[in-house]
Amino acid sequence: MKAFAQLFADLDETNKTNEKVRILKDYFVAVSDQDKIHTLALFTGRKPKRQINSTLVRTWAMEMAGIPGWLFEESYHVVGDLGETIALLLPGNTSSQDKSLAEWIEEINHLGNLDEEERRTWLRASWASMDQQERFVFNKVLTGSFRVGVSQNLIIKALADLSGLDTATLTHRIMGNWDPLTFSYPQLMQEQDASDDFSRPYPFYLAYAIQETSDQVKSAAQIGETLGDPADWQAEWKWDGIRAQAIRRGESFIWTRGEELATEKFPELHDFLADLPDGTVLDGEAICYSEGHPLPFNVLQTRIGRKNLSKKILAESPMVFIAYDCLEYQGEDTRGLPLTSRRKILEDLQLATRHPEAFMISPVVNFSGWEELYALRMQSREYHAEGFMLKKRSSVYQVGRKRGDWWKWKVDPLSVDAVMVYAQKGHGRRADLYTDYTFAVWDGDKLVPFAKAYSGLTDKEIGQVDHFIKRNTIEKFGPVRTVKPELVFEIGFEGINQSTRHKSGVALRFPRILRWRQDKKMEEADTIESLKAML
Amino acid sequence: MRKPLLEFNDNGIYCPPGKFYIDPWKPVDDAVITHAHSDHARWGSKQYLAHHLSREVLYYRLGEISLRTIGYGETVVKNGVKISLHPAGHIIGSAQVRIEYKGEVWVVSGDYKLENDGVCEPFEPVKCHSFISECTFGMPVYHWKPQQEIHNNINQWWRQNAAEGKATVIVGYSLGKAQRILQHLDLSIGGVFTHGTIDNTHEALRRNGVQLNAATRITPDTPKEAFRNAIIIAPPSSAGTPWMRRFMPYDFGYCSGWMALRGAKRRRAADRGFVLSDHADWEGLITAIAATECETVYLTHGYTATFARYLSENGYDAHEAHTLYGDDEGGEAQAEALAAESENAALAEGDSL
Repeated sequence: MKAFAQLFADLDETNKTNEKVRILKDYFVAVSDQDKIHTLALFTGRKPKRQINSTLVRTWAMEMAGIPGWLFEESYHVVGDLGETIALLLPGNTSSQDKSLAEWIEEINHLGNLDEEERRTWLRASWASMDQQERFVFNKVLTGSFRVGVSQNLIIKALADLSGLDTATLTHRIMGNWDPLTFSYPQLMQEQDASDDFSRPYPFYLAYAIQETSDQVKSAAQIGETLGDPADWQAEWKWDGIRAQAIRRGESFIWTRGEELATEKFPELHDFLADLPDGTVLDGEAICYSEGHPLPFNVLQTRIGRKNLSKKILAESPMVFIAYDCLEYQGEDTRGLPLTSRRKILEDLQLATRHPEAFMISPVVNFSGWEELYALRMQSREYHAEGFMLKKRSSVYQVGRKRGDWWKWKVDPLSVDAVMVYAQKGHGRRADLYTDYTFAVWDGDKLVPFAKAYSGLTDKEIGQVDHFIKRNTIEKFGPVRTVKPELVFEIGFEGINQSTRHKSGVALRFPRILRWRQDKKMEEADTIESLKAML
Repeated sequence: MRKPLLEFNDNGIYCPPGKFYIDPWKPVDDAVITHAHSDHARWGSKQYLAHHLSREVLYYRLGEISLRTIGYGETVVKNGVKISLHPAGHIIGSAQVRIEYKGEVWVVSGDYKLENDGVCEPFEPVKCHSFISECTFGMPVYHWKPQQEIHNNINQWWRQNAAEGKATVIVGYSLGKAQRILQHLDLSIGGVFTHGTIDNTHEALRRNGVQLNAATRITPDTPKEAFRNAIIIAPPSSAGTPWMRRFMPYDFGYCSGWMALRGAKRRRAADRGFVLSDHADWEGLITAIAATECETVYLTHGYTATFARYLSENGYDAHEAHTLYGDDEGGEAQAEALAAESENAALAEGDSL
C-alpha cells in the first residue's frame, strides 16, 4: 500500500502527461504482478465491493477524531471528498505496516465475514497504522469511491510502453468482465483469443464535437472547409438514448458506454439479440421508442435506475435498439473495414431479423451539400434527434475519442436567462468553492427554481461568483445557501419536458451555464411562460 | 450592560472611549495597525500607529503617511485607553493589539501563528477578557507539520530540479512567506532570485534593519542561463503569467496553508504544493484562545460560523464578526486578490524594467 499511496502522491505532484506516464511505469516496474492487476482494476473502475457502508465509516472516523457529527459534515463540505476528509481529521498514526495493495484488498474482501464490532476494531487498527497519504487512498478503496485524476489512457500508455503491446489491443483486453482476483497480469499480457471472455465488448469509438462551444456557431461554409467533399461523408441523426454494444456470442450481452453490463435492464432487446447469428457485435443506441419515433431521454431515465422493471414501466417506456455499426460479424473483428462495408453488413443483418420492432437501424440522412445539412440540422428536434453524427465513409472503427473521421454536430441548445437563487459547494478541484447553483425564472413576481447547473464558467468567474455568494447569503440550510437573487446567467439545455416531480412543472435535459449575463438585471430574466412555450 | 470596549462598525474595529480604530478598512482619523498586509493596513487614514518593524513596508505600500511606531510591550495612551503591541508571530512586524480601559482588557489578534518561524518575533499569548481572533484555518482538517519538515522538502525539491537542470519557481506572499522561504533555503544548492515586488519588500525590510539572505532581483537583463540551478521566489499574482516563461524549463511550487487540501492544490495547477502557512492551524487557534483565558471571543476572517459554534459548545461566549479581512469564509481568497491587485502594478513594472 505504501507504494500505491506514493504513486498517488507522485501523480498529484505533476500536471505533465509524460511525467505521469513515467511515474506509472516506475510504479508498475516496482510492484508485484498482483498489485499491478489490482491497480489496473482500481484505475479502470473495478473497485472491490463496498463492505462497510459510508455511514459507519463516518461514524467511526468521528469517534476516532473526537469531533462532533456536525463538525465532521462541515469539514466534509470544505474538503469535498470523504476519504480525504477522514485522512485529514484522524489523529497521527501510532504504528505502521508494510502490507501490499493486494493484501489490503484481500482484507477488505474478507470483511463480509466479520460482525460490526469486529469491523470497527479492524478499521480503527488499520487507520492507526497508516500515514495520511496511505489513509487517503485506503479510504478511497474502502468506500468504493475510486475516481482519480488519471485517465485510463495514461495507464494504458504506461502498460503499452512496458509490454510492447499497442494501446488499442490493451484497451480492448481490459474491457468487459474481469476480476483482479481471477485475472492475472501475465494473462493480460499474453496473446488471447475471443474465447477467453465471451462477454468482452470492444472499446467504443467516440466523436468530438465539431461545434466546440455554443459561443462560436460554425457556418455551413466553415463545416465544409473542415470536412471537405460532402460525398465522403455519411450523416446520421444523433439519438439521445444510451450508447450500447449488443453482443451475441452463444449468449447475449449488452454493455453501456460506461462499461456497465446492463443486459438485464433491456429485456425488450433479448429476443432480437438471441436471433442474431453467433459472433455478432453491434454498436448503437438503446432508446425508448413509441408510435414511430424516439421518446425523450427523461422517459428512459425513469426506468434506468430501477432494479425491477414492472409491467407498467415496460409499457410506458418501451425500448428499442437503433444500431449504427457492426464491430464483429461471424466471429471476426470487423472494425478495420471501412464504414461503408460495415454498414452493408449491418443492413443485411437488420433485413434478416425477425424482430424489426426492436432491432432498428439508424437511417442515413441524404444530403448533397453542407448548406442543405445545415438547414436540416435546425429541424433536429422535430426528428427527435440531438443533431447529426458525421462519419467518413472510409473510416475504420477506432478506439476511444479521436478527431478526424467522426464528428458530432449537435443542434444549438435551447436557452433562457435565469437568476441564481441557491448555491452549494463543489467537489474535487472545486472543493470549498460555491460552484453548484440553482436557477429560477419569474412566475409573476415570484422566482421559481427550475434547474441546477454547475459548469460553463471560467475559474475567474467562479471566484467572483463565489465571492458574491459568501457576501450575499440570506440563509443556510446545511450545505445549501439561499443567495440574494441578483446574478443572471444564460442557461442552455438540450430538451425540456413536462414534469410532475419538479415545482416548476418542467424538467430540463443537460442544463448548463452558457454564460454569465453581467449586462442583465434580474428583472430581465425569463419567465416560466417562456420556458413552457418550449415544451 | 456595559458598552463593549471595541465594536465593529462600517469603518473597522472601533474603540469608542479611545476614539481610534484597529485595522480600519475605510479612511479614519486614527488607525492602529496590526500588520502591513493590504487587507489590514489600508490607505487614507490621517494617522497610523504600528510596530517599528512595519514602518518601512507601510511607507512602501501606503506612501507618505503619518506614522508612529512603537516596540512590543510599549504602551501608548489615547483618551485614557492604554494600547500596547505584542508579538503575533504572523510576519515581520506583526502585532496583537492589547487595549485596556478601566480594568477591562481586549486583545485584537490581527493574523497570527504559534510556531516560531525563525524570521519574526514568535507569538506571545496575552491575557484578556475579550479576544478578537482570526480563524482563517479554523477547521479541524487543517493541521500543520513542523516547518522544518516543509523547508526540508522545499530544499530537496530544489536540489532535484537543479540536478535535472530545471529552474525552481516557488510562489508565496511577498510579505511574510517570501522571507520565510528565503531564510530557510539551503544556499549551497544554487542561486536565489526574487521577483521585483518581493525585492521591493525586501529592500523596505532591510531599511528597517532586518537581516535577510542575499537574493538577486530579476530584471529583463538577467540572463536566462542564470536560472538553471536557481530558485526563484515569486508572488502568487505572477503564477501563470508570461513573466514566468523566461524560466523554462521549470518546476512550479506553491506555498500556502491552502495546499493542505487536494482540491485547492489542483485548482492552482501547481507541480508541488507546500503546506506552509503564516496562520494558526485548528489546534493552534484553540491553544491560543485558551492561553488568553478570555471569556468572550469574536471571530473575524476564516470559517467564523463553524469555529464560533465549536467554541460555544466548549464553553466560550463566541461570536462571528463581520469584517473585510480575508474573506468572511474560506479565507485568503480575497487577501490573495488584494495582494494580486497591489502587486500587479509592480509586476508590470518588473516586466518593463
